[in-house]
Amino acid sequence: MSLLRLNNIEKYYGNRSNLTKAVDDISFSVEKGEFTAIMGASGSGKTTLLNCISTIDRVTAGHIFLEDTDITTLKGKALNKFRREKLGFIFQDFNLMDTLTAYENIALALSIQKRPANEIDKAVKTVAEQLGITDVLSKYPYQMSGGQKQRVASARAIVTEPKLVLADEPTGALDSKSSKMLLERFNYLNKEQNATIIMVTHDSFTASYASRVLFIKDGKLFNEIIRGESSRKEFFDKIINVVTLLGGDMSDAL
Amino acid sequence: MLFKISLSNIRKSIKDYAVYFFTLVLGVAIFYVFNAIETQTAFIKMNETQREIINILTQAVSGVSVFVAIVLGLLIVYASRFLMKRRNKEFALYMMLGMSKWRISALLLCETVIIGIGSLVVGILIGTGLSQVMSAVVANMFEADMNDYRFTVSASAITKTIIYFGIMYVVVMLRSGVVISKCRLITLMNSGRRSEKITMKNPWLCVIVFLISAAVLGWAYYMVGWDYAHLNSKKMLLAIALGAVSTFFIFWSVAGMLLRVIMSAKGIYHRGLNSFTFRQISSKVNTTVASMTVICLMLFVTICTLSTAFTIRNSLNKGVEDNFPADFYGYFALYLHDSDDLDRYGTGDIDDVYAQQNMSIYDDFGECCHFHDYADGRLTLDDLLGDRREEMTADSVSVYAMMDFDISFLKLSDYNALMKLYGMKQIELADGEYAICANASGMPEIYDKFLEDSPEITSFGKSFKPSSKKCIRNSFYPDMQPSNTGAIIVPDSAVSEEYRGIDYFVGNYSATDKKGKEAAEKTARENWDYTMRLYQGDGYMRHLETRIEAANDAVGIGAIVTFLGIYIGFIFLVSCGAILALKELSESADSLPRYTMLRKLGVEEKEITKSIFRQSGIFFLLPLLLACLHSYVGMRFGKVGLSMIVGSGYTKPILFTAGVLIMIYGGYFLLTFLGSKAIVKEQK
Repeated sequence: MSLLRLNNIEKYYGNRSNLTKAVDDISFSVEKGEFTAIMGASGSGKTTLLNCISTIDRVTAGHIFLEDTDITTLKGKALNKFRREKLGFIFQDFNLMDTLTAYENIALALSIQKRPANEIDKAVKTVAEQLGITDVLSKYPYQMSGGQKQRVASARAIVTEPKLVLADEPTGALDSKSSKMLLERFNYLNKEQNATIIMVTHDSFTASYASRVLFIKDGKLFNEIIRGESSRKEFFDKIINVVTLLGGDMSDAL
Repeated sequence: MLFKISLSNIRKSIKDYAVYFFTLVLGVAIFYVFNAIETQTAFIKMNETQREIINILTQAVSGVSVFVAIVLGLLIVYASRFLMKRRNKEFALYMMLGMSKWRISALLLCETVIIGIGSLVVGILIGTGLSQVMSAVVANMFEADMNDYRFTVSASAITKTIIYFGIMYVVVMLRSGVVISKCRLITLMNSGRRSEKITMKNPWLCVIVFLISAAVLGWAYYMVGWDYAHLNSKKMLLAIALGAVSTFFIFWSVAGMLLRVIMSAKGIYHRGLNSFTFRQISSKVNTTVASMTVICLMLFVTICTLSTAFTIRNSLNKGVEDNFPADFYGYFALYLHDSDDLDRYGTGDIDDVYAQQNMSIYDDFGECCHFHDYADGRLTLDDLLGDRREEMTADSVSVYAMMDFDISFLKLSDYNALMKLYGMKQIELADGEYAICANASGMPEIYDKFLEDSPEITSFGKSFKPSSKKCIRNSFYPDMQPSNTGAIIVPDSAVSEEYRGIDYFVGNYSATDKKGKEAAEKTARENWDYTMRLYQGDGYMRHLETRIEAANDAVGIGAIVTFLGIYIGFIFLVSCGAILALKELSESADSLPRYTMLRKLGVEEKEITKSIFRQSGIFFLLPLLLACLHSYVGMRFGKVGLSMIVGSGYTKPILFTAGVLIMIYGGYFLLTFLGSKAIVKEQK
């Protein structure tokens, strides 16, 4: 069975007289260990979709299943527990606590799960090594570069060993070198640690690191391509082709 | 248009302004209530003494009001500067839209006027209501008649309040005008972007600084609270200065130190939101060191003022009850020409004074007691205790223990007659025995030590043994406070009339009801003054005290002290609470993204609320804790200073003070906690 299944998701904003369909009947599923990118122009509804999956936002209609749980029916404490234990988040603007050191930022995700201190220490050090941030652990966010910050944020997201890692424009605030480094780490996490990642982006280069790309236009699933055995370069070209098809501001985003 | 913008601005930032407005209203109300006392009490029936006390109180209040106005003025300037800083981005937008600095200043002026008028109106309305309660309190204190009382509004107090607060608001307007005219668009725009850099201090440095400051503070404490025997004004000033400076450095370092300590306990630090909470607190405390210091010192002054005021009031009232067991007390003595000492008085007889006018003092009284004390030469405390004085007075915290004074003798029959009059226990002495009575604070304990090994004393050519190892705890004369520093009682046969000293008269009026007693007192007092004034003979001293007068004085002094104490205490507490609340609320607003983040990570709402509670709690508690420590030492010292007038315990006044503190400071804390919770909850 798929790890994540979306059944006819709809998300409407506004009222009867002025209705915006941000997400309009989208269905797809994600297998365990997949690295999925969701692409689309600004306003296409990709972030809304991610917010629905991450339970930050509620769907208007449809169901989302993670394993056996219908997460659209979760409420209050159960919702928080789900978010805490099953999901990991990575945001465009890092969203690190500026008052905490990198170590403490990563540890926070574990400590709110009430894990014992010695276990926390071990987990933080392991994940830091995987993401190559061992030497910045004692630094504060303002002392780090953007790439380092995003890797710390990624470490925080995966340190809890979530079922699903959700990344919203993770490279949006990074220069190309840092982006590449981060995405390579994502690949590593996906391949070696078998992490399931869903990433929202409007950048074809970023998307080309994924094993599968979903295109969204005006709230609808527009196209889907799978990398398969092709190289990243070939996959990138394929993505560009679809983007050209999509037209409009997507090509501007390149 | 301008008016509309400013009104909507206020409405928009109502959360920021709510605490500011609330504080202004409280300030206005308190200011009005205390300045309206005179008008409020005009309709209450009082006697002349009470009226005079009210006059003194009014004058004192208007004096203190100037000081209060300065404190409030500083608070308002601080608060408005703080609120303006938070709106820098908004001003930047106005400027970018092409609004001139003049117009922005005018906008701010508009806002200040709206808030000023609003706070004055609401504050005076609340104040008028509260001052009716105040009248009842005053009437109750003086046991005065409130039948003629009417609802009153004090025009003079309103005028005064408006003028004082008007001046403060004008200062605020001028200040903000100057600030706006000086600022530059680019700095305004950048100020909106919160700098990521956070002042992080080296934790080990913090630990060292904390330890040093704690040691310095401890030393200052020791100088003031324990080693006061060697205290002089220079040392006192040094101790105060050291105390203030070390307070500052303690706040500078406490956050880093605590963080260091808690971080080393990994089990605690990495549990739940603890790491987040402690970091939040430490960043808050680290950016508020100066304010924290000022708040701590203000709380310290408040706690001391309030508890001392209540103590004085309580012990004054209780003092008269306990220590004035007769209606009338006077003494009379002639100046002794043949003495070497210039200030020696003795002999003389009140009966002779009255007889000169063909009157008799006994006509004015029912029960009474007329007696003398006796002295053979001069016996002082130093003489009595001899070589062991230092040792016996060493542990005493009483001021009396540091002084030297004369000790006189009383005849056993006189003493017993007095005790009968007072309704107290009489004593028996065998020939050649003596007893000591005293009740001034600390003195009975010193005499107990003295009597421990039954020392013989020699006087009047005879020697005496103590009849008991305990000093009798009472006074042979009535007073407002326990002030008998010691008298020695000897059998009648031991003294002869040639040793006569001061002549005393203690009596009760024959009337039993209040009115009768007042009438009797009037006559007795007139006769005393009349005969004494016409007394033929050079050089004498006289003294008169009555129970009614003492009670009135006690109530009056108590009332003045309490009112002033509460006035200053309230204003200080309001100021402290307001500063902390403003700071904490704005911090919460700034931290909003952090809480959003926490929610995304799946933190329970309960945990977030707990974290907010801890943050505001510790933020409010830190200065209070240190202030309590300061106050403990301050009051230890005060106890010595006040031991002349204060006899009763400190427990009740401290409970009172705690009550007031919890009400106002605690109220601000609650307001802050709920406000922060609302701010953080607001957007999901």
